[in-house]
Amino acid sequence: MTNKIGAKQWYLENFKIFESKLNGESESSFHKVRHGALRKLQELEFPTVKNEEWKYTNVKPVLNQNFTPAANLKFKTDNSILKQEYLFEGFDHHLIVFVNGLFNPELSNIGRLPQGVIVDNLKSTIKNRPELVEKFLHRSKIITAFDALNALYAYDGLFIFIPEGKALVKPIHVMYINGDNETNVLSQPKNTIIAESNSQVSVITNYVGTGSKNYFSNIVTEVFTDANAVVDLYKIQNEKTDSFHIERTEIHQKKESVFSHFNISFGGALIRNDINSTLDDEFCECNFNGLYLANDKQHVDNHTFVDHATPNCLSNELYKGILDDESHGVFNGKILVRKDAQKTNAYQSNKTVLMSKKATIDTKPQLEIYADDVKCSHGATVGHLDDTAFFYIRSRGVPSSIAKSMLIRAFVSDVIEKVKIESLKEKLNHMIFEHLNREEI
Amino acid sequence: MSDDMKVVEDLTQSEYKWGFTTNIEADEAPKGLNENIIRFISAKKNEPEWMTQWRLKAYRHWLTMEEPKWPKVKYDPIDYQDVKYYSAPKKKPELDSMDEVDPELLKTFEKLGIPLEEQKRLAGVAVDAVFDSVSVATTFRETLHEKGIIFCSISEAIREHPELIKKYMGSVVPYTDNYFAALNSAVFTDGSFVYIPKGVRCPMELSTYFRINAMETGQFERTLIIADEGSYVSYLEGCTAPMRDENQLHAAVVELVTLDNAEIKYSTVQNWYPGNKEGKGGIYNFVTKRGICRGKNSKISWTQVETGSAITWKYPSCILQGENSIGEFYSVAVTNNYQQADTGTKMIHIGKNSKSTIVSKGISAGRSDNSYRGLVKVLKSAEGARNFSQCDSMLMGDKCGAHTFPYIEVDNDSAMVEHEATTSKVGEDQIFYLNQRGISTEDAVNMIVNGFCKEVFNELPMEFAVEAQKLLAISLEGSVG
Repeated sequence: MTNKIGAKQWYLENFKIFESKLNGESESSFHKVRHGALRKLQELEFPTVKNEEWKYTNVKPVLNQNFTPAANLKFKTDNSILKQEYLFEGFDHHLIVFVNGLFNPELSNIGRLPQGVIVDNLKSTIKNRPELVEKFLHRSKIITAFDALNALYAYDGLFIFIPEGKALVKPIHVMYINGDNETNVLSQPKNTIIAESNSQVSVITNYVGTGSKNYFSNIVTEVFTDANAVVDLYKIQNEKTDSFHIERTEIHQKKESVFSHFNISFGGALIRNDINSTLDDEFCECNFNGLYLANDKQHVDNHTFVDHATPNCLSNELYKGILDDESHGVFNGKILVRKDAQKTNAYQSNKTVLMSKKATIDTKPQLEIYADDVKCSHGATVGHLDDTAFFYIRSRGVPSSIAKSMLIRAFVSDVIEKVKIESLKEKLNHMIFEHLNREEI
Repeated sequence: MSDDMKVVEDLTQSEYKWGFTTNIEADEAPKGLNENIIRFISAKKNEPEWMTQWRLKAYRHWLTMEEPKWPKVKYDPIDYQDVKYYSAPKKKPELDSMDEVDPELLKTFEKLGIPLEEQKRLAGVAVDAVFDSVSVATTFRETLHEKGIIFCSISEAIREHPELIKKYMGSVVPYTDNYFAALNSAVFTDGSFVYIPKGVRCPMELSTYFRINAMETGQFERTLIIADEGSYVSYLEGCTAPMRDENQLHAAVVELVTLDNAEIKYSTVQNWYPGNKEGKGGIYNFVTKRGICRGKNSKISWTQVETGSAITWKYPSCILQGENSIGEFYSVAVTNNYQQADTGTKMIHIGKNSKSTIVSKGISAGRSDNSYRGLVKVLKSAEGARNFSQCDSMLMGDKCGAHTFPYIEVDNDSAMVEHEATTSKVGEDQIFYLNQRGISTEDAVNMIVNGFCKEVFNELPMEFAVEAQKLLAISLEGSVG
């Protein structure tokens, strides 16, 4: 389906249909936010390569197709779309499933939760706990037209709330299954994770694709970690190879909280991640770990931003990538140390291996520093697999393909080893070799 | 307030020592810029018609351009009609000996601590001293002439070596390149021209002292250096300027060309008036410097020590076209008070096995902002390209900023690109260590900062290394030496 009317016009027009289906809810305060987003989207244009933040990522392919917002559609889904292979095994978890961004209660298996803990979808939370939604939703400003688009059709998504002092022992496993056999779908979950003070939670999100039609995931995730809270968020993105995936993650950290993000990117034709963390209070720790593996003509763009707004915080960032075939990688890591954020420690490292002649990478690690008593560093390397190491392994009689796999495994292990769930490590290793079409070791 | 902070405070109190104006009646163009002014400049320089046309083309192109807004610097909009585009000392003698030089001019140079005679005698440096846009003294020309080296002002070269100018001028930095390059191409008044013939190793370091002198005169230098096959030259550029309240615009263009197996080493010490403690006045230094390694095994090396100017905005770049060509960039940028610097380099790898090294050291003090902005681009054709970049920043005081914006674009899988950057302050433990050996805090800071910059100073030619340290000492008065 090619685009006859502009993408913006298309999404604005579909909003009328969306609105008419809401019956009754259109008076709610939540709907007012949608109207705010409507005005924003009318104002904003979708970013082009002339925009510094989108310099290396051309979103034209995304805009050239019309995707219908999932909330406007009726899907015929049966339970077989949740395939066993999508699930991560070997550890107990609470399972919550979204199909095209809409909660699917039949496939989900949330299980027993400690008192006060909410693991639910946004739609029911608006009904059950409106005060929480009011307090936490839409706290991040709309910056791009994609943000506005997400807010415009905000309808469903993940909602996690961990009350003060609670620790959820089992990780929460969130499955997003996207795509359809009949329509090009726009899947737009709006995710919120709230960890009150002294709480702990670990969330694993997994994005997979199904169906014959193309689709577009446009996601906004907001994470709130209150004082001393510990939150781990794993994002394993394994969308269908021709799909588009854009996500913005906003993290708001309070005093002495620890947040760790794992962003592991396999699938998708065009992937863009914006991960922004604001260290709002002293002694916060923020860890960004990323792996991007691309082949064919995949385009993977990771933008991270750590805002050191207060003193004595620590941020640690490690992004590694393997680019094969004609894939294109983009990394932009920015660290801002504000004027009063003394005693800041901020480290960032980005390493990319190019496996083929036509693979390309554009990387831009940025430091912006306004305080003097800080330790900040960043490093970026681009290269190929180490020839001497390769030769060494070969000289011991190891076949070339295995030698390469060994080097790949060693390369990704820095990131994989930081994963705190044992059985997830093995699964990820397996996925890496499968995705890169290399012999697994 | 800790001791080292006090030292930083002290140094921000220091005045610009070299602020004085020499009274030489300038031969000036009226304020403003239009085609007539360009014709006036061209006529003043006795230029051939093709040059005038080239300038006019550049001017017409400039009119269609917009001033770039992307650098991380802030300044009031420049009124280009409020600038005098030509000023020259009235006597423009082309001299054979030092005796004929205006004695007042010689005194000026003496105050700067660079007496020509002394340099001539002791250092063996030929000096093409550019005083307000017109070269007034050229020394050692005889020696150079014997070797076939051409070292003269660009105006002279336009008149006497039109074939070289036509071939090379604008070939590295075309007038369409950017806003300030276009402006420079239209109104440049002087600069140096160097041609080193095949297989010649220039026997001495060539050097030009730039000095802005007349009130409200923009300085538009244009330098072109060509190193023919197998030749070598080391070129020094140094700048000081008198105290001034009005902001002065400096938009220079430097072009370097190296052919097969040739090498150019270009060193700069820049100490223009940075403005007073409140950030009033100072030079706007918007410079386009670029070199092209056209031939195999050719090499271009930029070394710069930037201590002056209210705003420094320059990116000495290398286009590494030839196989096995090498580009180097060594920089120390110091900002104090309200100075702003947005500087760095571009390394464009085109040729096979081309190599580049970037070492950048930024020191910010007072309320200044110091940014490194660099691009390393490896094209598909650059098989086996190699780059190493290192950008270190040092912050002195809590009101200044240090930023790095490195862009790395790699289109070839056999390339190896490494970038690393750190930001820190002068370590309290280091100061303590030196203190307990009986070294005052002031001297300790001196030592540490000097050590921080050593890597770059080592790249400077002997004479310049001394001057660079002096300048660093003056910019961070009393604390750094």
